[in-house]
Amino acid sequence: MIELLQQYWRPFLYSDGQHITGLAMTLWLLSASIFIGFLVSIPLSIARVSPKRRIRWPVEFYTYLFRGTPLYIQLLICYTGIYSLEAVREQPLLNSFFRDAMNCTILAFALNTCAYTTEIFSGAIRSMNHGEVEAAKAYGLSGWKLYAYVIMPSALRRSLPYYSNEVILMLHSTTVAFTATIPDILKIARDANSATYMTFQSFGIAAIIYLTITFTLVGLFRLAERRWLAFLGPAH
Amino acid sequence: MFDNLLQILGLSAFSLKGFGPILLQGTWMTVQLSILSLLVSVLLGLLGASAKLSSFSLLRIPAQLYTTLIRGVPDLVLMLLIFYSLQTWLSTLTDAMDWDYIEIDPFAAGVITLGFIYGAYFTETFRGAILAVPRGQLEAATAYGLTRAQRFRFVTFPQMMRFALPGIGNNWMVILKATALVSIIGLADLVKAAQDAGKSTYQLFYFLVLAALIYLLITSASNYVLRWLERRYAAGAREAVR
Repeated sequence: MIELLQQYWRPFLYSDGQHITGLAMTLWLLSASIFIGFLVSIPLSIARVSPKRRIRWPVEFYTYLFRGTPLYIQLLICYTGIYSLEAVREQPLLNSFFRDAMNCTILAFALNTCAYTTEIFSGAIRSMNHGEVEAAKAYGLSGWKLYAYVIMPSALRRSLPYYSNEVILMLHSTTVAFTATIPDILKIARDANSATYMTFQSFGIAAIIYLTITFTLVGLFRLAERRWLAFLGPAH
Repeated sequence: MFDNLLQILGLSAFSLKGFGPILLQGTWMTVQLSILSLLVSVLLGLLGASAKLSSFSLLRIPAQLYTTLIRGVPDLVLMLLIFYSLQTWLSTLTDAMDWDYIEIDPFAAGVITLGFIYGAYFTETFRGAILAVPRGQLEAATAYGLTRAQRFRFVTFPQMMRFALPGIGNNWMVILKATALVSIIGLADLVKAAQDAGKSTYQLFYFLVLAALIYLLITSASNYVLRWLERRYAAGAREAVR
């Protein structure tokens, strides 16, 4: 166990000497996909609640597709599937994008988390208090100002507990990245396992690292909720 | 026959190239694995929830540990950990007891592993649902002289199901999608079948998309069943809105 740690602590945490690996890689995958997913999901969630069908339906279809299929298949399609198409390989721009495992992985992860986040945010928008929106309209706010100043700040706050869940699920989902040759924590654990045959210890270390990240994220989100959801707490 | 039909329709690009039976077998494997894991995890969830709500700390603390640890670690990590360790542990046990070598069947190991992982999620679902049943109901049942088993069977269970169903549905979808990962530990499920078919015909994209569509079909069908169940278990519940 000690030798295993001595030999592998560096790759487990940040680098194997050539590439960024382990914890650093997992955190990078997580933050990149969560960041892209968050940015894209805001306009999509507004479109998702649009009264116009031709705006609402494409978004609905997108979330239906990505929430109804496993992330592993989505990653496989992005990483091996698309690149197996001749049309993609012939196009220089697409070729260089999809040849890189990192691009494919982040693309698949971002698309996946964006679908879930869109549903969370649109649910929060739909559960807006009618009075609040009517008051804002009565004050003359309309169009994007209504969304920017009243609806989105409130909806984003109220979706915080669900959003924290999604972030943790995404952390757990990043483990499939090793199938696309990305050296994340699990990839290092598998390498350690196949080199030393210490199965329980190798995967156990990975489990402890993931557990630590999960608890840290839960703690951070609890702090965020105390700050931004204070208005939902008991009156003082 | 199917391929001939496609040829007549001019759709031979969509032919399964003879991989239809393998894909079907893979799909069946995925469905079997999901349903059996669901059963194991529901059972563990009910046990876990009772342990967590028990007044004995000897039961409560292990159950608490189980749900926190399992839910904090990614399912794939646990899957690899348990799947590979299970055999080692069993071999150590058989060696120590001087028994014959027992080899675990990968399918059984997959079911046990998935069931054990999602049992933790079900524990939380059922715990919340049991707590949502009004106390007065249980007190009334006790006052009528129902035994503990009767109280659970006739009072707690039918009422908690209504609160548990959305959670059960959610967990079912997660289990179904998690079974896609078993191909990583070497089970011949739908993903594996699609990958094999795609690699040998050089049409990986087509077969992967096909596998995704099959998953979509299963999730859509389960959505439909779940909505029906929710209506059924909501019988007698009044809703203020709508």
